[in-house]
Amino acid sequence: MNGHPENAARFVADAERTHWHDTAVWSVRQKRDRAAWTVPEWEELREAAAGIKAHTLSRLADYLEEFERNATANGIRVHWARDGAEHNAIVHGILERHRVTRVAKSKSMLTEECHLNPYLEARGIEVVDTDLGERIVQLAQEPPSHIVMPAIHRKREEIGELFHRTIGTERGLTDPTRLTEAARLHLREKFLAAQAGLTGVNFALADTGGFVVVTNEGNADMGTSLPPLHIASMGVEKVIPRARDLGIFLRVLARSATGQPVSSYTTHFHGPIRGGELHVVVVDNGRSASLASPAFRRSLSCIRCGACLNTCPVYRRSGGYSYTYLIPGPIGSVLGPQRDARANASLPFASSLCGSCSDVCPVKIDVHHELLALRGALAEHGQVAAGKRLSMWFLGFLLRRPALYELAGRMARLVLRRLPALARLGPGGVWARQRELPPAPAESFREMMRRQP
Amino acid sequence: MPKVGLFIPCYVDQFYPAVGLATLRILRQLGLEVEYPREQTCCGQPMANSGCAAEARPLAERFLRVFGGYDHVVAPSGSCVSMVRTHYRELLGERPDVAAVGARTYELCEYLADVVGVREVDGEFRRRVGLHHGCHGLRELRLARSSEMVGPPFDKVRGLLRQLRGIELVELQRPDECCGFGGTFAVAEEAVSCFMGRDRLADHQRAGAEVVTGVDMSCLMHLDGLARREARPLQVMHVAEILSRARLA
Amino acid sequence: MTGRDAVLGALRRAAPPAVARPAEPAGVAYPDPVAKFLESVQGVGGMGVRVTDPAGLDAALEGLEAVRAARLVASLIPGLRRANVNLDAVQDPHELEGIDVAVVPGELGVAENGAVWVPGRNLGPHRAVFVVAQHLVLTVPARSIVHNMQEAYGRLTLERPGYGLFISGPSKTADIEQALVIGAHGARSCAVLVVG
Repeated sequence: MNGHPENAARFVADAERTHWHDTAVWSVRQKRDRAAWTVPEWEELREAAAGIKAHTLSRLADYLEEFERNATANGIRVHWARDGAEHNAIVHGILERHRVTRVAKSKSMLTEECHLNPYLEARGIEVVDTDLGERIVQLAQEPPSHIVMPAIHRKREEIGELFHRTIGTERGLTDPTRLTEAARLHLREKFLAAQAGLTGVNFALADTGGFVVVTNEGNADMGTSLPPLHIASMGVEKVIPRARDLGIFLRVLARSATGQPVSSYTTHFHGPIRGGELHVVVVDNGRSASLASPAFRRSLSCIRCGACLNTCPVYRRSGGYSYTYLIPGPIGSVLGPQRDARANASLPFASSLCGSCSDVCPVKIDVHHELLALRGALAEHGQVAAGKRLSMWFLGFLLRRPALYELAGRMARLVLRRLPALARLGPGGVWARQRELPPAPAESFREMMRRQP
Repeated sequence: MPKVGLFIPCYVDQFYPAVGLATLRILRQLGLEVEYPREQTCCGQPMANSGCAAEARPLAERFLRVFGGYDHVVAPSGSCVSMVRTHYRELLGERPDVAAVGARTYELCEYLADVVGVREVDGEFRRRVGLHHGCHGLRELRLARSSEMVGPPFDKVRGLLRQLRGIELVELQRPDECCGFGGTFAVAEEAVSCFMGRDRLADHQRAGAEVVTGVDMSCLMHLDGLARREARPLQVMHVAEILSRARLA
Repeated sequence: MTGRDAVLGALRRAAPPAVARPAEPAGVAYPDPVAKFLESVQGVGGMGVRVTDPAGLDAALEGLEAVRAARLVASLIPGLRRANVNLDAVQDPHELEGIDVAVVPGELGVAENGAVWVPGRNLGPHRAVFVVAQHLVLTVPARSIVHNMQEAYGRLTLERPGYGLFISGPSKTADIEQALVIGAHGARSCAVLVVG
């Protein structure tokens, strides 16, 4: 399977489309900036949000038990899954018991991580993703390319064509309002026909035993207020100590994600609907391993706002599909290799380590430092190409010996001056594809200093 | 009188010696006692950034040995100083010598602004200049407020440059987007790296810049390489080269 | 070993050293929270209306185009002239499809973002009414407008067991080329009447 460099090279080959994607995603970063500037205490909020998450992670099991206790008292059934397979089996078991064949699902990256949709579909259950962006990629049979704006990579003409093919809209429809209206009508039917609603969990509240789901479209509310059965999937890291803490998180979440002061619907579930059942499935799937690692545990603070994707100059110019993990961009490049080092070995290197991600993260994850730490971890576990390690070893060898380093430097400059073709071998050649090589002065700085200190 | 150790990054030493000379000139003009320890080679960043900590460690130890005896260490590079001040701790652990040398190692502009306390830049530079804020200097050393952060503005580099007579610092659309050099990223992800660099150049050109400057010759080397290949009417100069034309006090 | 034991055990073994809770920063405060609230409602795509006299609620509703054009109006506020849907007679929430306007009383409003807190008990027998209706009208007492979300959580009580939500403006999406479209799945319009 191709890694990020190969995929990204293909993406940027279409320069116009790359600029279009870059501009579209950058505009969301700009919205985020405008929203952040309306909050004078913004940096203090980030600090508080980061602190609450760090505190919670240091007592995660306790808070999860408290959540379970209080949720159970509210009539919520809490289940535990070690991994994606257990999660899927639990969800399917509940649906099967209720003889459900039609499900309305609102966005949950966790259910994508567990590959829930294909699991249920293989067992005769129709799963309709109701978030508009998710529905678009579901109809197109492709994965989301962004965790908040799943179809950001798609132009309106393509969506129009897709809707025409799949839900019968008229050919040539491109106006987003009319396309959204068509989706509204189409999905309204699905909502009315659904026998169960599946959601994710933005925040699970330990002290009150409830959880919060946040949407702009109202799809989580529609999907869980019509049928009597609601199943919510959550990663272990989603619990927060107190409902009051939402006062901090909700002030930074939507502003970071889309530049809105808050999402349209912030729904607090503290029990099943009248005559119904509410289940929560708590999933580990490798999170406890992340928690155990001092270098990577802060990535568990992520509230899935997507701000790091929007600010990342590499994500904007390579798109979600260039990444080998279901969550792309900076946070995906931290989470993916922890899940599967071999499959995602190129991701920590798909970054110039500019640090913009860390500066926008509402919970102050030092994403770019974690990416650097991951590079070291990958190298230690043999996931960095032998050739690269050899050249680094060789370079290190040279640089520990000033006389050798000087000689090598002199030779390099000589080659650059006299044998440019030789300079274009190996990395020099890659450099020189689109760039002139650096100049080759006759004297290095140290040679000048030796001559005339 | 503090003894200043001059730290010249390996690629500046080999490819851009004029930047080293300019840095030396600035420090000497301020009356500082500057020494260039010849034993220095490299801070180890390329190895560390490739995940090869084992290869980086000996170079970090070497750096601490070579520069340990100086009151201040000054380098014309945000990324190398960031390596020493921010990342040596991860590489070598919490050690008193690591913390001490790190605390005494400065990028040139922050040294001039914060330690020397330069109040006057008496000189001329009648050009239209685009300031490229290298990411390490910006977001690790906090040489300026990054556009992501909410708070009062500050910019140690611009603060020095704008005092030059006749200089026109142009306004960019994306004042601190990464140029795409990123060390080994420039080669490992060549396609995106160059796309990013060209976008930066287009921004500078659109803003009317004739000269692109910054605190990191690595960024400028990458931008210059792209500019020359496309014959863009842009020249790169390190801030040291611009400031060395002036008298600082 | 159950999944529960396995997960909790793994998390306990992995637990980092204790980290204390941070101090909470003071939230932004506005000189005129009601004015800011109305402005925020507008900003999130809603329509803010000041109704100083509670007796003027019927008239205020008539002032809304969505209400004037509505065939079916469901109200969780008793005694409204325009209401013509008997929610108590509805057996199944699916029957709510077709309602044009739902009028729902909110408990508090948040100035910084135009959000209205609606506790489950204010939604009647079928909470789906607020999202199935084509248009939404919320009311909120003027004296219950708080400055920011931190203050809001200090004031509201979560029903346990129960349900409750913040509604900020109408349903919306920007999933197609970042173009903002009002009225995704829920309400196509959201009027907020600040009463008193």
